[in-house]
Amino acid sequence: MLELPDWPGHRAGQHVDIRLTAEDGYQAQRSYSIASGPEDPHLVLTVERLDDGEVSPYLVGELREGEELELRGPIGGYFIWEESLGGPLLLVAGGSGIVPLRAMIRHRLARGSAVPLRLLYSSRSLEELIYRKELLQDMAAEGIDVQVTLTRDWPEDWSGHRGRIDRQLLEQVAWPPAERPLIYACGPTGLVEAVSDELVAAGHDPGRIRLERFGPTGT
Amino acid sequence: MEALDGNAIGGELFEAFGSEMTAASGRCMFCGSVSHIAELRVYLRAPGAVGRCPACMNVVMVVTRIRGTANAELPGLELRGP
Repeated sequence: MLELPDWPGHRAGQHVDIRLTAEDGYQAQRSYSIASGPEDPHLVLTVERLDDGEVSPYLVGELREGEELELRGPIGGYFIWEESLGGPLLLVAGGSGIVPLRAMIRHRLARGSAVPLRLLYSSRSLEELIYRKELLQDMAAEGIDVQVTLTRDWPEDWSGHRGRIDRQLLEQVAWPPAERPLIYACGPTGLVEAVSDELVAAGHDPGRIRLERFGPTGT
Repeated sequence: MEALDGNAIGGELFEAFGSEMTAASGRCMFCGSVSHIAELRVYLRAPGAVGRCPACMNVVMVVTRIRGTANAELPGLELRGP
């Protein structure tokens, strides 16, 4: 959670770049999606710690309250959703790809928008599901259709989907192409491209599919 | 390595062009297809970032950082409005 003087506000789906500078001048920069909605009082970033990362171990493990960060943003004008873009909305997330999509859901809820929204979220296990309670209880109670698939481990009594997102699951969850859903998919490159290929093959308009590929690399 | 996309270099492009670029579109000079900048296939591990046309995979954009300043070259992209 960050307090930002002079922050111009952001749009749901945007990210920021964070730059760290070592004492010897070495710099490392990474992009992090904004997890909060535009209406939320604080800017929230959700950072997944990568063991061999240059920036995330610092942000997750060493950064203390009150310290300052060098931040650039908000960034992005393509992978964003605003109420005026309408729907119905299909959001597809893989792992930490949920972060910008959470901002979109929060925006949709904060505006009291009636746009139908379905989330399909693929996670390795229930433990790795980010925003687990918020998604499975709070947002579900607000009328957001949240569908989770677990790809590696699942509890014995798991009633959600199992296995990777494939054609069958998309057919089950996605709005029919005739309803012209607006689709956002964010996650690892392989997942995002597989989802996009299947949706286009099923007859969805490529012009209404927006993708953001996540990777553990940076500039 | 796997490619990311133009979203990943939105900050560098904002710095180089002075405005938000991911929603802008460009026409590939090799194959003629028009894509949003966000749709370019982007490789970050080259010296600088390389953006390729998603249709023909030719290099259409190179983004480098020289002495702290972001520079973007468009060897194969004709920019159009957003």
